[in-house]
Amino acid sequence: MSAPPPLCEAVDLSVRYGSLWANRGVSLAVRPGEVVALVGENGAGKSTLLHALYGLVPLDGGQVRYHGQPVVPSPQRAIAAGLGLVHQHFMLVPPLTVAENVILGQEPRKHGLLDRRRAEEEVRALAVRHGLAIDPRRPVADLSVGEAQRVEILKVLYRGARLLILDEPTAVLTPAEAEGMLRVLRQLVSDPAGGRGLLLVTHKLDEVMAVADRVVVLRQGELVASLPAQACSPAEIARAMVGRELQPVRRHPRPAGPAEVALAVHELVVERDGVRRLDGVTLQVRAGEVLGIAGVEGNGQTELCAAVMGLLPVRSGSVQLASAAGLRDITHLPVRARREAGLAWVPEDRHRHGLVLDFSLADNLLLGHEGAFCTGWLPWLQVIDRRRLLRHGRQLLDEYDIQPPEVQAPARALSGGNQQKLVVARELSAQPRVILAAQPTRGVDVGAIQTIHAQLLGARDRGAAVLLVSAELDELQKLADRIAVLYRGRIRAVLDNPPSCPVQRARLGELMAGGMA
Amino acid sequence: MARPATPARCIAITLALVALNAGLLAVRWHGRGAPAEGALRVGLVFDVGGRGDKSFNDAAYAGVARAQAELGIYAEFIEPGEGSDRESGIRLLAARGFDLVIGVGFIFSDDMIGVARDYPQVRFACVDYAKFDEHGFVLPPPNMVALKFREEEGSYLVGAVAALRSPARTVGFVGGMDIPLIRKFEAGYRAGVRRVCPDCRVLVAYAGTSSDAFKNPARGKELALAQYAAGADVVFHAAGSTGLGVFEAARERGRLAIGVDADQWDEAPGHLLTSMTKQVDVSVLETIRAVREGRFQGGLRVFGLREGGVDYVYDEPRRGMIPADVRAQVEALRAEIIAGRVRVPSTPAEVDPG
Amino acid sequence: MRTTLVLRALPPLWAALCALAAASALTLLHGESPRELYRLLWAGTWGSAYGIGQVLFKATPLLFCGLGVAMALRAGLFNIGAEGQITVGAFAAALSGAALPAATPAWLALPTVLLCAFGAGAALGAVAGLFRWLAGAHEVIVTMMLNFVVRAAMVGLGGHVFLRESVHTAPVVAGAELPRLSRYLPALHGSAANASLLLGLLVCAGCALLLSRTRAGFVLRTLGSNEEAARAAGVHVGRTWTWALALAGGVAGLGGTNFVLGYKHYYEDGFSGGVGYMGIAVAVLGHNRPLGVLLAALLFGTLSQGGLAVHALVPRELIDVLTAVVLLTLAASQPAVQRLLQAQPGARREKEQDEKDKEGP
Repeated sequence: MSAPPPLCEAVDLSVRYGSLWANRGVSLAVRPGEVVALVGENGAGKSTLLHALYGLVPLDGGQVRYHGQPVVPSPQRAIAAGLGLVHQHFMLVPPLTVAENVILGQEPRKHGLLDRRRAEEEVRALAVRHGLAIDPRRPVADLSVGEAQRVEILKVLYRGARLLILDEPTAVLTPAEAEGMLRVLRQLVSDPAGGRGLLLVTHKLDEVMAVADRVVVLRQGELVASLPAQACSPAEIARAMVGRELQPVRRHPRPAGPAEVALAVHELVVERDGVRRLDGVTLQVRAGEVLGIAGVEGNGQTELCAAVMGLLPVRSGSVQLASAAGLRDITHLPVRARREAGLAWVPEDRHRHGLVLDFSLADNLLLGHEGAFCTGWLPWLQVIDRRRLLRHGRQLLDEYDIQPPEVQAPARALSGGNQQKLVVARELSAQPRVILAAQPTRGVDVGAIQTIHAQLLGARDRGAAVLLVSAELDELQKLADRIAVLYRGRIRAVLDNPPSCPVQRARLGELMAGGMA
Repeated sequence: MARPATPARCIAITLALVALNAGLLAVRWHGRGAPAEGALRVGLVFDVGGRGDKSFNDAAYAGVARAQAELGIYAEFIEPGEGSDRESGIRLLAARGFDLVIGVGFIFSDDMIGVARDYPQVRFACVDYAKFDEHGFVLPPPNMVALKFREEEGSYLVGAVAALRSPARTVGFVGGMDIPLIRKFEAGYRAGVRRVCPDCRVLVAYAGTSSDAFKNPARGKELALAQYAAGADVVFHAAGSTGLGVFEAARERGRLAIGVDADQWDEAPGHLLTSMTKQVDVSVLETIRAVREGRFQGGLRVFGLREGGVDYVYDEPRRGMIPADVRAQVEALRAEIIAGRVRVPSTPAEVDPG
Repeated sequence: MRTTLVLRALPPLWAALCALAAASALTLLHGESPRELYRLLWAGTWGSAYGIGQVLFKATPLLFCGLGVAMALRAGLFNIGAEGQITVGAFAAALSGAALPAATPAWLALPTVLLCAFGAGAALGAVAGLFRWLAGAHEVIVTMMLNFVVRAAMVGLGGHVFLRESVHTAPVVAGAELPRLSRYLPALHGSAANASLLLGLLVCAGCALLLSRTRAGFVLRTLGSNEEAARAAGVHVGRTWTWALALAGGVAGLGGTNFVLGYKHYYEDGFSGGVGYMGIAVAVLGHNRPLGVLLAALLFGTLSQGGLAVHALVPRELIDVLTAVVLLTLAASQPAVQRLLQAQPGARREKEQDEKDKEGP
């Protein structure tokens, strides 16, 4: 018997947006029983490729084949051919139950009415069969992100999908959830009776190594590598993605002897919407030190940063910042005064807090640093020194390798990684004493991660204090000198994390889940 | 998914729109309103929001419309959209060489004097012209006629009607803004009452001292109710839409009221004794006729009873408001005024010296 | 870049063509010739010196009010109050101008009167800003209510300051008058276009410079584009709202000088004729950019004056219908072009990116 044809295949596929090739001459096939990981930097064309296969964007060249048959792809044909696309953003109806969401559009009927009992039974059976345990009667609004993701997968399975296409399924999951999800996906494919295949877009190379049979690397719209996963290393993949050798980021041990405290938070209590989000947090960050904050999202990290920046009112407790004359209480200062006192913030949501997408890169670099580039006697009629700003901007774009290096381009035109580098560049450029870095590499590609890590450590080595909030344990292990675990608004433990003997992941995971110190 | 807008589609839309416009322009159609050769060209500019007021502006329109029908003139009308359009409208008509340009309302006074000086060959007419400077009344330039009315004469007649229909020998007057123009109404009214009923009481009230006093029906009702409560059988108003409140009060109390400017019967049928009308249409038609016959004269042109410029409404027996004997008495007064045997005072001070 | 420019020009072009087609169709339905309509329209506006003057005169308050609305919009605020602001500005200019001693020289009188006009409008705008800042009341409601308050206040105050048998105040002193443009360009004789147009151009340029060059303008734009990012960057949001609305109100208030200082030399009841509300349309049509507002003001000025000129042929309502058609077409044609813009490389990449980057709470 000859090998079955690929579930889905792209042959020399090209998609063009205006003058830019989003995909150019890409050939790719996913066979039954195979997990293909599609990796690449932001803007490399991964999502476009998925959308082209699924018929959401028209082709400008090449061919798509389902089960070996050339087709003009459209979502209807794709579904009929057993393709199931799970979008990065959930497409669920929150007030409806799990079962209702799953059967939406394919409702089993009895006497012309919805047969709810049968629907629930079918969904329950499907969930059990694939290890996606979930109560079909719960409303989706009550589910955690991980559970909602399972519902999305059940949805495509219910429609009989044989090729699952997932766009960054683990991006929003906690490490444990992500692990479970990958296990489920692996099982789905390895079940020989199913004849299923999986096409997975991800940023995380360890995931690739864990589940993929084959790794396909896109760079600037072109396929640059297609390797068996067993035969390559993460470093190799990263190199293919970025197109150059990545220098590993190294954290040097801190010099011996105590350094002065740069940021001191004392018994901080913060409430938001009537709920106590920070419940007496005390911590100190010293000059030349990175203090990592580990924790499952929603345990007070966001509030901690916002309160330190002055964006959230403090119920009680204090925030102090180093100044020339020792520690200074900044608990009640406005944001601008805090920034002027040497506080910088890399917010976790760059689009909401970090950037004005319609502004040019130069104007975005001016944001929060107006004082440094404006001259004039009247404070509010100060004129922006454009020449200086542009020169400063070009220098930063160069230093952080921001693409395209156009100071006048709108921030909107940048990829996520470059946008994030822009925010980091701005916040670090004013030589702050204290840097709050919240999820500084979220949704960012390897190249940008490396730059950002190197810059954060560079700032530390120059004597800045860095408060690093991250959901990535790797990142914390790599960058933080000490790691504090935040659980339900309290610091559970502070662990030393010297480069020579990093904190164990298992230990951190336990503490993050509320385990005893 | 929405259809994507491709460059080709954009060009197609643009071309289609251009073609549509060209097509519409190519429709040959001669306007129907072109002036006949040699016809007198008359332009009329209403006040802002004036057209359709069932009073002043509509009366002026009626005058021009009659001239169109009777004299075969060509006419254009302009409704200004805002204050500065008044002058602009007059000027546009003057610049196009109209024979006569009419502005409806005292608010045109200033603008019209300026334009009239710029266009000496065009004739102008301003209804209710009123322009004062530090030396008093300003006469219009020679190519402009100020159409004024002897409101006091019409008021005199309705004053007589009111007094003759008042068993309680008490009548009321509600004025709008307390200014000389409105005091003319009061003076004539009081003189008319005194003439037929020397011991009748006349209650007088004004709604205010700002232009808002002409737009305040609530205040009008309040004042009228007070006068009815004090025994008035009939209340005459000269107060714009404030007068609607007077009618409301009349309806409520089952008493009588007298309208102003135009026949206001429809505002309170059965409660309107009569209305003192200003025949703006007569003055406009008369002015047009004068221009046509080459006897236009600038300056002041006052329309009183004799000229048919003011009157009162008598619509019997349909309405059953004015008995024949009252009618006879009032008509006798009219004849006296027209004959010049009676001079109606135009200020309250002349009615009640001291 | 050039394609983008062409695309930007498309919606207004389509709007104009649709409006023309609608005008032609309506005129035909009315039984008149479209050619005759356009002939009169041209002759009454850009086809004669007087027409040009009148268009400029009508565009002037639209320019001020449009800028007043646009500046607020750039700060993310909807200023519905330009009508009230221009009214109090005109009133303040008239009263202060009349209160000055008759012999006050222009160099003293003019700045005083302009300051009063600006100040009155600014005070009204600041009230709305303060309400938003301190009470959280939405500026749309507050500015709209203030329009009614001003309307009522003018009626009440009018009784005390209007001259007898008139609905206007005493004229301002000679030193506070702005000269008509016809003094320098005799061809414009009769038209009311006056030096407040030049003032408007100055203010327009000032607004453009403020937005692009100054720290204050930068803060204003930041707030209007991304309030949370502005807050995070240390912008005092409430204070900025207040001064932005004060500035917007002051600019709209200066619009009152067109009528009071340049035309009649007194405040007249109801002079504005809803120009403040038209200012909203002007700002929207001008994409909230000073130059765009200037062009939009000229367009609306032309429509307004043109409406008067073609009045002989078609009823006043037709012009109102046309204005509405222009705006509707513009609104309708916008998304189509936006989709096209998204097919451009930069925009598309960003959209894809946006989707990528939206994870996290």
